[in-house]
Amino acid sequence: MSGRAADRALAVLSPIALLAVWEGLSRTGVLDARYIPAPSTVLATLGAMTRTGELPYNVGVSVQRIVLGFVLGAVPAVALGLSMGVSRSVRAALLPLVSAIYPIPKIAVYPLIIFYLGIGEASKLSIVALSIFFLVLLNTMAGVLGLDAAYVRIARAYGARGPAIFTTVALPGALPSIFTGLKLGMGFALIVIVGAELLGSDAGIGHLIWRAYQIFAIDVMFAGLLVTAALGWIATAALDWLERRVIPWQA
Amino acid sequence: MTTAVRTAAGAAITATAVTHAYRTERGEIPALRDVSVQIAAGEFCALIGPSGCGKTTLLHILAGLLRPAAGTVVLPAAPPGRLPAAVVFQGISTFPWMTVLGNVEYGLRRLGVPRHDSRARAETEIRRVGLEAFRDAYPHQLSEGMRQRVSIARAFATDPPALLLDEPFAALDEQTRLVLQDELLRLWQEGRPTVLFVTHSLDEAARLADRVLVMSARPGHIKADIPVPLPRPRGYREVRRDPAYGEFTARLWDELDTELRRPLP
Repeated sequence: MSGRAADRALAVLSPIALLAVWEGLSRTGVLDARYIPAPSTVLATLGAMTRTGELPYNVGVSVQRIVLGFVLGAVPAVALGLSMGVSRSVRAALLPLVSAIYPIPKIAVYPLIIFYLGIGEASKLSIVALSIFFLVLLNTMAGVLGLDAAYVRIARAYGARGPAIFTTVALPGALPSIFTGLKLGMGFALIVIVGAELLGSDAGIGHLIWRAYQIFAIDVMFAGLLVTAALGWIATAALDWLERRVIPWQA
Repeated sequence: MTTAVRTAAGAAITATAVTHAYRTERGEIPALRDVSVQIAAGEFCALIGPSGCGKTTLLHILAGLLRPAAGTVVLPAAPPGRLPAAVVFQGISTFPWMTVLGNVEYGLRRLGVPRHDSRARAETEIRRVGLEAFRDAYPHQLSEGMRQRVSIARAFATDPPALLLDEPFAALDEQTRLVLQDELLRLWQEGRPTVLFVTHSLDEAARLADRVLVMSARPGHIKADIPVPLPRPRGYREVRRDPAYGEFTARLWDELDTELRRPLP
């Protein structure tokens, strides 16, 4: 077996092994199934929730919030990050501000956002956008600053001025770094949206988990966690796929 | 398919009394002192000098990338669709995020040449440097020698009256360098742009140029201006067997030697 195939097999086998051990402990009564349901029970719950439409609906709501909030945060972050990377004065003006706001846990701003925007979708999208904005911004700026000055020199020697340098050098050159920011941001977006839905929402995965807690439906709580993990995995895979499509020059 | 009309007749490059200094935290570092250079239309001129003497600074000033503290530079005017002076850089010289075609087309797109024309002209140049099989490849898939070919093709694609080359073959192995020198000479002879070729290799200067300018140690000024007494074509074997070649490179070394031993200010 080649090294790569072995790696792939291990990546599949290790979670399966963990689930098998868990299932075994549950069935033999080492784990109390009332508190820690067996994986098979959680799967059955997932199946039932899918049939009733409860799961697809709540997952759909969360996914929509993540995707829209992501776009809402990433697009201005890339634009501003490029400006800060290209222009020394824009950087001088904004970097202290960005550095000060960046470390604030964004979920701590959520009550304020609810106060201004209400408890509806606007506040959910805003908290996702806010949570990824600074990550993407700083990574974009770092990507531009990390570019060799030689690229700008070539561009200028061949007649590129302001906007052309932006689109032909800064943006493509910073793309690998931008994707690093997007991938980090995706993790944060999931954390923040589930957290926000726990705090106050009438739909979404976080809401599902919170309601399950209130009625002691422990298998549903586990089902919610499982779905969140699966979402995280799918999101990462999707971004990896997008990265390969958008950055074909990366070896 | 439309083929670009090749009109790249050279035009003179003139720099008069160019002086430049770099501002650093430790004060000003003089880079160029009163440099005057005249290169006739269609002439191939090499510029040699000790490392750090200001060769690249002069080239950047001629290319319009750097404004000199004093002095004037006159470059040939170029009609629409042509770049007055195209530059081939040392080291990183291609955009890794563009294909060979994208890189070669780059200058033409910036000049506002319509896509159809720019593509045809770029493809012609890619063929001229023998990279037609790699048109859609990215630079990381090419060897260093092929990347420099891309960079040369990009320069020639803009059909420039003047060509400025900054140690374009410095990072190449000896054999690849000889091959690329021949290719550059062939391309130059077809269109006869005016060339300034910066190099630290005496052999390269002697083999390529009509005339060699020798720059002093920092702050650089032109300390010698020597015509190359060798007939063309200068095939590698012929040049090596010509006693005049040995004599000429020895003379260049005499000029440089004193500069290399001089302490920097």
